Amino acid sequence: MMIRPILSLLLLPLAVRAAEKISFNRDIRPIFSDTCFQCHGPDEAKRKSGVRFDMRESATSKAEKTGDIPIVPGHPESSEVMNRLTSHDAEELMPPAKLHKPLTPQQIETVRRWIAEGAEYQGHWAFIKPERVAPPIATPNPIDGFILKKLAEQGLKPSPEASKETQIRRVTLDITGMPPTPEQVAAFLKDTTPGAYERLVDRLLTSPRYGEQMASRWLDLARYADSNGFQTDSSRRMWPWRDWVIRAFNENLPFDEFTIEQLAGDLLPNATRDQIVATGFNRNARLNGEGGRIVEEWFAETVIDRVETTGQTWMALTVNCCRCHDHKFDPITQKEFYQLYSYFNSNDESGVLETIGGNRAGGNTAPVIDLPTPEQEKQLAELQAAVQKTEVEGKAAEQALSASQAKWEKDFRAQLNATMVAWKRLDVSEVKSTGGATFTKQPDESWLASGPNPANDSYEIDAKIAPGSFTGLLLEVIPDKSLPTQSLGRAANGNFVLSAVEAEINVPGKSEPIVATFKRAEADYEQKNWEIGQIVGGQLTATAGAPKTGLKRQLGWAVDGNFAEKRIARKALFVCDPLEVPEGATLTVRLIHGSQYTDHNIGRFRLSATAQPPATVKLEGANVPENIRATILAPAGKRTPAQKMELAKYFRENGEHPAKTAAAAMAAAKKALADFGMQVATSMVFKEVAEPRAAFLFKRGEYDKPGDPVARALPAFLPPLPKGAPNNRLGFAQWLVSGEHPLTARVWVNRAWEKFFGTGLVKTTENLGSQAEWPSHPELLDWLATEFVRLHWDMKAMQRLMVTSATYRQSARVTPELLEKDPENRLLARAPRIRLPAEAMRDQALAISGLLTEKIGGPSVRPYMPPAVWDETSVYGDMRGYKQDTGESLYRRTLYTIWKRTAAPPTMLLFDSPSREICTVKRSRTNTPLQALVLLNETTYVEAARHLAERMLTEGGATPAERIAWAFERATARKPDAFELQQLTSHFEERLALFKQDTEAAAKLIAQGDSKPDATLDVAQLAACTVTANVILNLDEVITRN
Amino acid sequence: MNCNDHHFFSLQTAEQRDITRRTFLQRAASGIGLAALGGLIGGNRAGAAATMLPGFPNFAPKAKRIIYLFQSGAPSQMDLFDPKPELAKRRGEDLPESIRQGQRLTTMTSGQKSFPVAPSIFNFAQHGNSGAWFSDLTPHMAQGADDWCIVRSLHTEAINHDPAITFMQTGSQLAGRPSIGAWMSYGLGSENSELPSYVVLTSFGSGRKDDQPLYDRLWSAGFLPAKYQGVKFRNKGEPVLYLSNPPGMDRAMRRGTLDELSALNEHRRDALGDPEIQTRIAQYELAFRMQASVPELADISNEPESVLESYGPEVKTPGTYAANCLLARRLCERDVRFVQLFHMGWDHHAGLPNAIKGQCRDTDQPTAALLHDLKQRGLLDDTLIVWGGEFGRTVYSQGTLTATNYGRDHHPRCFTVLMAGAGVKAGQTYGATDDYCYNITENPVHVHDLNATIMHLMGIDHTRLTYRSQGRDFRLTDIHGELVKGLVS
Repeated sequence: MMIRPILSLLLLPLAVRAAEKISFNRDIRPIFSDTCFQCHGPDEAKRKSGVRFDMRESATSKAEKTGDIPIVPGHPESSEVMNRLTSHDAEELMPPAKLHKPLTPQQIETVRRWIAEGAEYQGHWAFIKPERVAPPIATPNPIDGFILKKLAEQGLKPSPEASKETQIRRVTLDITGMPPTPEQVAAFLKDTTPGAYERLVDRLLTSPRYGEQMASRWLDLARYADSNGFQTDSSRRMWPWRDWVIRAFNENLPFDEFTIEQLAGDLLPNATRDQIVATGFNRNARLNGEGGRIVEEWFAETVIDRVETTGQTWMALTVNCCRCHDHKFDPITQKEFYQLYSYFNSNDESGVLETIGGNRAGGNTAPVIDLPTPEQEKQLAELQAAVQKTEVEGKAAEQALSASQAKWEKDFRAQLNATMVAWKRLDVSEVKSTGGATFTKQPDESWLASGPNPANDSYEIDAKIAPGSFTGLLLEVIPDKSLPTQSLGRAANGNFVLSAVEAEINVPGKSEPIVATFKRAEADYEQKNWEIGQIVGGQLTATAGAPKTGLKRQLGWAVDGNFAEKRIARKALFVCDPLEVPEGATLTVRLIHGSQYTDHNIGRFRLSATAQPPATVKLEGANVPENIRATILAPAGKRTPAQKMELAKYFRENGEHPAKTAAAAMAAAKKALADFGMQVATSMVFKEVAEPRAAFLFKRGEYDKPGDPVARALPAFLPPLPKGAPNNRLGFAQWLVSGEHPLTARVWVNRAWEKFFGTGLVKTTENLGSQAEWPSHPELLDWLATEFVRLHWDMKAMQRLMVTSATYRQSARVTPELLEKDPENRLLARAPRIRLPAEAMRDQALAISGLLTEKIGGPSVRPYMPPAVWDETSVYGDMRGYKQDTGESLYRRTLYTIWKRTAAPPTMLLFDSPSREICTVKRSRTNTPLQALVLLNETTYVEAARHLAERMLTEGGATPAERIAWAFERATARKPDAFELQQLTSHFEERLALFKQDTEAAAKLIAQGDSKPDATLDVAQLAACTVTANVILNLDEVITRN
Repeated sequence: MNCNDHHFFSLQTAEQRDITRRTFLQRAASGIGLAALGGLIGGNRAGAAATMLPGFPNFAPKAKRIIYLFQSGAPSQMDLFDPKPELAKRRGEDLPESIRQGQRLTTMTSGQKSFPVAPSIFNFAQHGNSGAWFSDLTPHMAQGADDWCIVRSLHTEAINHDPAITFMQTGSQLAGRPSIGAWMSYGLGSENSELPSYVVLTSFGSGRKDDQPLYDRLWSAGFLPAKYQGVKFRNKGEPVLYLSNPPGMDRAMRRGTLDELSALNEHRRDALGDPEIQTRIAQYELAFRMQASVPELADISNEPESVLESYGPEVKTPGTYAANCLLARRLCERDVRFVQLFHMGWDHHAGLPNAIKGQCRDTDQPTAALLHDLKQRGLLDDTLIVWGGEFGRTVYSQGTLTATNYGRDHHPRCFTVLMAGAGVKAGQTYGATDDYCYNITENPVHVHDLNATIMHLMGIDHTRLTYRSQGRDFRLTDIHGELVKGLVS
C-alpha cells in the first residue's frame, strides 16, 4: 500500500510538466481508456447512460438520461465529469469503486487542466498514419538525435561507449543468437580503422545464424510446434514452413513480401512452391482431434485463432475481444470482427484434426503440399512408370483371359468332385506367451488369456494336423467377461491390434519347418484404417486414396473393441498356397501383437484349418455357389449366356489366371508408390475454396448462435483496401503492407527496438490499441516506422540502423543516479543488460564448448530430455516414449528441438518461453532457482562444460591460469582481471586436489552426455577443469547480454 | 515447521533485504508488482508479505493454502454423491425430451438411436450427523461425512475434456490464460522460499489406464510472468527436474562452486552497478537450498507406520494418488500455497461400474486419510480442500445398457464437487439436480462461482486480482463469477 507515492515519484520524468500543454493522446486517453471506456466507450451494448468519452461530440453534449453535460470545454467547474471524479458520494463517484481503479489526485488534476485548456480530442495516435519528423538534433545516426533530446530534457547524459569486447559480444548475440568466437573478437579488437564496427554488423547480418535467430522469435508469434495440440497432441510436421522462415530472413525478403507470402502466398499469380509453403503461418494453429468434438465448434475456433494471431502479429491489436461484443477500448465492432473472420474462413479445410488411423496417430491435416526432394522426384517418376507398366501388362492379360478359363474349368471340375470339408478345428496341445500370459482352454475349444499382459505379446500355438493339404487358417476372436470392458482384447479399452500371423508345418525328421506365406486375408469386421489386408502381403488397401499424413502408419487388424456395441465375436481367415502335410506333422501358429498401441493383445481365441483350394476358401468354409456348381458341371455348349457370364465373373474373382497376377503386380506397384509417398515431406498450407464460405456474426461469440451474415470488409477506423487490391486474403495482406496502414510498420519497428533495447518504445509491444502505453519517444517511433517503409521494408537495414546507433553502443554501467532517475531505463542513458532467452542460453553453451552442429533446417531433433516428460501425463497420441537422438542431432541449435505443445521442452518453459499453443508476442523475463538448476546440472550444460574443459587442456595453454583465462575469454569475449583469475585458479587447484584423491568421482563427472571424453587426458585434471568451466558458463556476465 | 514460525525473521540477510528493496523499485517502475523473483523467492517464513501484491490479501483469509484434488476425466456424479433411487423404475427408458431439452451432446453419442436411462447400480446410504449421501464406492470418505461440503450443482460450458479442464483451471476454454494456482502465486506469493508456491502432483488411475492426458497448460502461468507457473513434481526419480548435482559432484563441492560464483558475480556487480546481479546471486543460493529442502520433503522414512497405513497400501509407491496425498500433506506443512493433485482415469464412456471401482480404490482411502491427517495436525483449520472433475456424466448409457454394465458420456449441465477445510461450511449438501440428474433445480454454481469462492476463502476478491495483458485487465473469473455465500462458514 505504500507503493503508490513511490510510483508516481519515479514516473515523474515521464509525467506532465506544469508548463506543457496537456495532450489528449499522451495524458488523457490512457486515463479514460483504462477507467471510463468500459462503460462509456465504443461498446454500444454496455454503454451506461448513453455517455461516451471516446468521442468529443458525445462527451460535450447533454447526457440522454440526466441532461448534464459531461465535459464543457474550457469550464471544468461546469463539467459533470469533474463533479463525478471528485464526489464524496459513493453512488456518484466515478470510476465506480467496484472497478478498483480510483484516479489519483494528479490524474484528476490532469483531466481538469485538459478541460480548462479546451478539451481537445485527438484520434488514438497509433491509428493515425505516422508522420515523419526530422531528428531534433543532428547526429550521424538519426536515432541518437531523438534519444539525446529527451535525455537533455531530463538533465541526463548518455553513457560512454562500451568496451569493444562488450560491443562485439552484445551485437553478435543480438543478431545471431550466438557468442562471437575468440578469433572474431581478436580481429575486431585489432581493426582500428574507421567503420570497423559497421563492417562487423554487416558480417553478422550475412551469417546464416541470423535467419535462425530471427526465426526463433517469429515461431512464438506463429505458434509453431511439432504437435497438433489439444488432448491427444499427436505429431505434425511443419518444419518445411519453419525452414522457409529461416530462408526468408537470411535472404532478407522485404517485410511486405514476407507478409503477403505468409498470409496469402497461395493466391499470388503462378504461386511458387515456396510461396505456398509460406502460408503455413496460419496453419500452425492447434487442431482439435478429441473424440466427441463438434466439428462446427472447432472450425470456428480455428478461424478465430487465425484472425487473432494475424491481428496480434501485424497490428498489435486484440481483435479477439470482439468475438463476443464491440471492443471496450478500440473502435472495432463485433460485426467488423466477423468481417475479418470472413477473409480467413475459406480455406479448403475442416478446421479440426484429420484423424487418419484414429485420433491418436498424428500427421498433417489437409490441405497439404507435397515437398519431394529432387532425388525423391526422380524416384517418384520411376515408381509412377512402374505403375503404368503394370497397367499395360494388365490389359494384355485381360485379353488372354478366356484361354485361361478353359484350363481352370477343367481343374475346378475335378476339385469339386472331391470331398469338401469346411474349417476343421485345430487340436491344440499348447499355447505359449512370450510375455508371461497364461492360457486356459475353454469348453468350446477356445483359449482364454489371463495373468500378465505385456505391452506387445506374441502367442505361439502348437497343434496336431491331419496329413494332406494345408491352405488356410481361421481365427475366431471371442469376447469374454474376464476381459477389460468384457470385450475381445486385453487393452483397458477392450480392443486389440493383431499385427502379424505366422504358420509353419513341422515335419518329423526335418530340421527346417515348411513356412506358410499367407497371401489373402479376410475378416467379418474391420476397424476403419485397421483393415486385416494390411497384415498380409500385397493388400495394403487402406492407404490408397487416403490423404497424406506424412507419417508411416502402424499396421494391424483391429475391431473397434473399445465400443460397447462392437464387443462381439469376430473371425478372420488367412489363405496360403497349398502346402503338403506329411504323416505325423504338427502345425505352429504365431499371433503377433506389435502395434504402437501397447497392451492391445487378443483375449480369447480359437483356431481352425482348411485343406480347400485357396480360391474357394471363405470365412464360412469352402463355399461354391449352387448356380456356379451347376454351370461348371454342365457341358460348355449347353450353358445359357447368363450362366456364361456368371461363370466368367466367378473365374475372374476366384480363379488363378494371368490377369489376377497382373492385377496383384499393379496393386504392388501402386503400394510401392503410396509407401514412398509417405516418405515425402509435406507441409500444411492454404488452398482457397472456389466459392467463399458464408460468414455470420456469432451472437455472444458462440458458433451455434449465428446472426446476420457478414461480408468481407475492413474495420472502418483503418484505411481502405489499396486501389486495385482484391477483396480477399491477398488484398488483406497487401493492405497491411501498403504503407498507408498506421500500425504495421510501427508494430515491427517497436518489436525490433524491444529486442535491441530491452523495452519497446511503446512498452506494450503486444498492444498498440487505445490501452497502449504512450511511447517513450513518439517522434522516434514514427520516424523509424516511416523509415522502414521508405527503405522498402528492408528488415536488415532497419536492424543495422538500430545497432549502429551510439545509443545501442553505449556502456551498460548503472550509476545510482541513473537507477534513481530512470530505473526502467526508458530514456536509454545506458544500454540495457538482458538475460539471454532460452534458445540463446543453450546455443551459447554449445557454441563456447565447440559442441554445436551448425546445420540449417530439416525435421526437428530430440536432444537430451529427462525420462518420461512426455509420458508422465499422457498415454495418448504418437508422441510418447521420447527417444533422444544420437550424434550431431544432440547439438543442433535450440530452435530445432522437437516441440510438443502440451509438454513443451522443460528447459524452454523454465526460461520463460510460451507453450506455443497460441500466438505470443512477448516473453516474460524471470529469474528462478529452477533456472539455476538447469544451468548447473542439465546434461547439455555439464557435457558442454566438459567439452570446454577438454579444449582448455588441449588448446588453452600450459598452466591452469592460462587455460582458465582461455576459457573465460571464450565465454565473455574479454580477458579476466586479476581478481577473477585468482578466484578461478585457486578454486580449480582445490578441486584438482580433491579429484586426484577421488578419481572415481572424477570419472563419473566427465562421463556425462553422449560424447566420449578424450581418453588421453588426465581424469582428475579434466574433472577439475569441467567444474571450473561449469562455473564460467554460469557467470552472470555469461548468461546475460551485457 | 509450520506457518506460525517467525524465527526465520532473524535470518533475513542483508542480501534479502536488498532484494526486497529492488522488488519495490521494480514494482514502482513497472506498476504491476513484479517481484524480483516472484513465486520462488523473496518470501521467507517471516516476511511473506514481501512477495504479496500490494493490497493482498484483500481481507483476512480463511485459508492460507489449498490442496486441490482434481479428478481428471470427470467422475460420475450419480454413481458417487447424487443418488437418484427413483430412476431404478425408469431403467432402459429413453431419456425424455422434456429433460434433455435439445441440449447439445458430444458426437460420441449424438448419433445414438436411443438414450436409455442407466440407474446407478451402486447403493447409497446417509452418513454422519449431516446425513450426507455417499455411495458404497467411497466408504472412507463417507466416514468423514461431516467434514465435507457436497456441492451437487456445479455446471460448466464445455463438453469436451480439453476445453473443460482448461476452463476449470483458467476460466477460459482456450489456451493462454493463467491457471488458478498461478494466479494465487502471483497475488499471494510464497510463504516458503525454498519450495515453489504452486506444486502439481499427477497420477494415473487404475480405472481407465489410458485416459485422460494432462497438459502443461493446466498449471501454466499463461500471460503472467513464467515464474508463477506450477512446478510439476515428477512421478519417478528426482521430484524436481535437474535438482541433483551431476554424478561425481557432491554437495560440498557444489557449495564451493557457488561461493566462487558469488564472489565473481559480486565483483562484476561492483564494476557494473547493476542490482540485478544481486538477484542472480540469490537465485543460485535458493537453488542450493532447494537441493536440500526437496529431498527432505520427499523423504517419508520418518513417517509413523500408522500414518502410512492410513493412506493405504500404495502410499509407498511414488507417483500413486496415495503417495501424492501424503506428499500434499508434507507440502502443506511447509506452507506451500497451492498443491494440486491430478488423478487421471475417470472418463468412463463404457464399462463404468468396473472402472469407477478402480478409481475409487485409488482415491477413496488416501483422500479420507489426508483429511484426517490434516485435521489431527490442526492444518485443516487453515487449509482448503477441493475435490472434483471438469464436468459430469450423462444419466443415459453410452452404448448398450445391460444388467451390470453401462457407460456414460460427458455432461456439462451438472456435476458434483466436494469442499472441506478452512472456511468451508462443512456438513451440508448444497444445490440439487432434477430426477434424472440432468439439470440443476436449486442453487446452481458456475465454474466461475466456484473459483470466485475459492479465491474468497484465500482472502482474495476475485474482481481485484487482475493482470494487464494486451491492454486488458484479465482475471481468473473473466467478467463473471459470484461468491457462493452458502458454501462459506
